[in-house]
Amino acid sequence: MSETSPLVAFSHVVKSFNGGRARGGNVRAVDDVSFDIAAGEFLAVVGGSGSGKTTLLRLANRLIDPDAGTITVAGEDIAGIDPIGLRRRIGYVFQSGGLFPHMNIAANIGITPRLLGTPKSEIAARVDELLDLVQLDRAQHRDRFPHELSGGQRQRVGVARALAAKPRIVLMDEPFGALDPVTRDALGSDYRALHARLGLTTVMITHDMTEALLLADRVAVMHEGRLIALGAADELSRLDNPYVGELLGTPRRQAERLQATLSQSIRL
Amino acid sequence: MLRSTLLGFASIVQTMPGLALLALFYPLLLALATLTSQWFGVGFSAFGFLPSVLALTLYSMLPVLRNTITGLQGIDPALTEAARGAGMTARQSLAMVELPLALPVIMAGIRTAAVWVIGTATLSTPIGQTSLGNYIFAGLQTQNWVFVLFGCIAAAVLALVVDQLLALIESGLRIRRRIHVSIGLLGIAVLAAATLAPSLTRTKSTTIVGAKTFTEQYVLAALISHRLQAADLPATTREGLGSNVIFDALANDDIDVYVDYSGTLWANQFHMPELKPRQELLSELKATLARRNITLLGELGFENAYALLMPKTRADALGIHSISDLAAHAGKMSIAGDYEFFARPEWTALKKAYGLSFRERRQMQSDFMYAAVASGEVDVIAGYTSDGLIAKYGLTALDDDRHAIPSYDAIVLLAPQRANDAKLRAALQPLLGKIDIAVMREANLRATGNGADSSPATVARWLWATINEK
Repeated sequence: MSETSPLVAFSHVVKSFNGGRARGGNVRAVDDVSFDIAAGEFLAVVGGSGSGKTTLLRLANRLIDPDAGTITVAGEDIAGIDPIGLRRRIGYVFQSGGLFPHMNIAANIGITPRLLGTPKSEIAARVDELLDLVQLDRAQHRDRFPHELSGGQRQRVGVARALAAKPRIVLMDEPFGALDPVTRDALGSDYRALHARLGLTTVMITHDMTEALLLADRVAVMHEGRLIALGAADELSRLDNPYVGELLGTPRRQAERLQATLSQSIRL
Repeated sequence: MLRSTLLGFASIVQTMPGLALLALFYPLLLALATLTSQWFGVGFSAFGFLPSVLALTLYSMLPVLRNTITGLQGIDPALTEAARGAGMTARQSLAMVELPLALPVIMAGIRTAAVWVIGTATLSTPIGQTSLGNYIFAGLQTQNWVFVLFGCIAAAVLALVVDQLLALIESGLRIRRRIHVSIGLLGIAVLAAATLAPSLTRTKSTTIVGAKTFTEQYVLAALISHRLQAADLPATTREGLGSNVIFDALANDDIDVYVDYSGTLWANQFHMPELKPRQELLSELKATLARRNITLLGELGFENAYALLMPKTRADALGIHSISDLAAHAGKMSIAGDYEFFARPEWTALKKAYGLSFRERRQMQSDFMYAAVASGEVDVIAGYTSDGLIAKYGLTALDDDRHAIPSYDAIVLLAPQRANDAKLRAALQPLLGKIDIAVMREANLRATGNGADSSPATVARWLWATINEK
């Protein structure tokens, strides 16, 4: 595949759900969305609750299918691909880990290779490699169960599980949302490093613009099912869109207020 | 849709009393067996094992189904989504994620079902399946409380053991200890084998002697087996059979021989409207039975008739000697009968013939009603003429002066497949005409209670010795 052709492409994708209250019963969770993701790119999707950002992610590995439009992965329309095989090729990190509580860490991480029929010894070696990769001690974590781990450790396992079958694409659904700020920051930058090192293509959902701006190459802004902006930080700031402006302005204002508060307390 | 239908069905089944469910399965399977043998030439035995297993399976459906559904529904949707996201097929998600997570709830359902079923299984005695219920039914009939307690405690212990084995399997599955699962499964397999072995090892040539659910029947069945064994015919008894089940079981060769009563067959089985004099009834009954290939081998020599009984002293004081005399007093009196009496044609006939109308009507376990009438708790009971308790409590049987109740000669019946079995006939021949009412009453009295010498087998030996002295 050439450098210029996108790895993932959405083209006029529409997805509605039944049972919505606002718009006559049918809610358009994703409304005519088109965008491309280049190989090796880190894209963050930002938006409020109900903006359709998670739906967008679930469409990409066929956890749900669109009502209209096409989605291609590596140039291939995924409507014609077996969804099971597709999902095994794409890493997926769930909101609060989504780890299986009855399986130990090694089993959780090795699940997709196991489904693919990888030999046991290979899986074991891969699990150790992945534990190193997400900076968890092999011996200490391999045989433990998810409930014995901290939130940050669980999320590292979640990342390891997503990477187990050596995917080119990783989809992340608010992966660090439930973590404390310090852990979240550390995990974010660790993942960004992994992304670069492994040459991944990552789509990360977040509601935190700061996180999006700090980690991603480009940021997509979703609002009420529509993609209202897409671009790098400076491109977004040049846009004349009040909602995007508000999203970008908030972290800046917070930073300024924080600065002011801190300098005040230093003066005291 | 399927789920609610299944659950609804299982709930309805659960509301049925276990005894009724078990009893219903017998005629149902009997009809089915008749159909299959007509259409495909293959019949099966609707007696004993099959109806019990089917009814108990139905009975155990609800807790298993409901807990399985509840368990599966209780799984965090985020986890099933994660399973799909990791690339699991629906089947893999079920096997690797949903079932393991729902396991504790599912196992709880299975354990509930196991305990229920073991308790309910004691009720399979009346449809011909030997079970711990044999002790309970026999004990209740002969007032042998040791038997009743033994049956109850054995069932409870069995239920507890099975429950613990299932708990072992559950914990083994949860903590992935194969040894726990294996021990649990092995234990259950051993128990199952131990319970099934007796019925599997039984040879085809064994003669099965049936008995209904009262003392006299237990004694007579024991006497018949005793005689068969003495004649080198291996015999086993199938006791506590419902009186609706036992005749069909004989007609279908599920049992080989049992004792019934002429009037019972006449009125209840063949629904003959008019009463006939004793000998006429017998010969006509014999012809009717022969048309169904059942052999009426002969009478034992006594009658076990329904009779209205009251304390002799009270009857004399009131000047009541016959049912006609009773009719005048009936409006102020209460009557007690066994569970089936008031539904039997004899009761209808009595009411019609004498215009009987009692103040109160009660149903009782037959062994309790003798004590009840002796103590004055009820005024009259519908008892049995051969009962040993009549003498014990000083009761008198009122004369059926208008002949509303048929005669009830005890008769030995042979199944179609044994009709020409000369050896069997010869073994039973010495019993015919030998047992008079006094001896039978004495035997019935002896068979009541907790003593070791009140077991049916002991009484049967006494009975054999007694009739041979004469």
